Amino acid sequence: MSQHTEIGATAEPRTFGPLTRQMFVRYSGASGDLNPMHYDDTAATAAGFPSVFSQGMHQAALLATFATDWLGAGNLRRFSVRFREQVWPGDVLTCSATVTSVTPVDHARLVTIDLVCVRQTGGTALAGSAEFLLGDIDDAPVAGT
Amino acid sequence: MNEPAPIGTVGTPWEMIVERGKIREFAKAMQSNNPAYDGPDAVIPPTFLITAGQWAPPGVRLDIGFDRRRLLHGEQEYIFHGPLPRAGDRLTAQERVLERFEKPGKRGGVMRFAVVATEFRTPTGELVAEARATFIETAAKEKTA
Repeated sequence: MSQHTEIGATAEPRTFGPLTRQMFVRYSGASGDLNPMHYDDTAATAAGFPSVFSQGMHQAALLATFATDWLGAGNLRRFSVRFREQVWPGDVLTCSATVTSVTPVDHARLVTIDLVCVRQTGGTALAGSAEFLLGDIDDAPVAGT
Repeated sequence: MNEPAPIGTVGTPWEMIVERGKIREFAKAMQSNNPAYDGPDAVIPPTFLITAGQWAPPGVRLDIGFDRRRLLHGEQEYIFHGPLPRAGDRLTAQERVLERFEKPGKRGGVMRFAVVATEFRTPTGELVAEARATFIETAAKEKTA
């Protein structure tokens, strides 16, 4: 299991999509972000956009799913994203991750990963990073899981 | 519009209850089947604290004074200082302006930045999580002769 936690180790990439308006609406309701640019095509086109578009935080949530399925939901200690390109209905997003540092802490390792979420065009929707606290013996969840 | 809140300004605290059903709803919106987000002891997903806004009474959020038509959400970070909050936890949320700075716009004018943290504390006052949002106000369009 230690292969997860060597510098340069990568996760198997995962795709999400094609994204649908229903996914945007579900995220709007779950998060409380009711900006109509994400579910009302009339409002979005009136504002000059070709259609509604995905919330940046919706993409961040998908990237979070990918990251926590890899290194454990309860092990997370930091998660950050930078918003880049807009994401549209029909887009397919591919998430990937690479370990960039491993720092020993009391009976555990703090593993830092780089995260990226790219559109089918090759354009980057999100770039980010995360930290997970993993146990010494294996990658079994440690405190708080 | 209110005066822009300077660095160090804190908002009014509000209460947030971490609910099992809300975690499940959020996990569905992030397309996660991770069992850690289900059941009576569910932990929160990485970006779940975005839902704190739904608990905020009117008037407790800070106003950073940016023109909404030029407002971008540039980055978002979640920091957990220990085990993740989980279903049933009662947290206090409070906003704080961490940073404000300016940069020259690519086509003239001034871009303004603000980093606003939402701090989450337990009933005994322990800081357990922080959500840090970086907001950008793009430079105003310059009039062309």
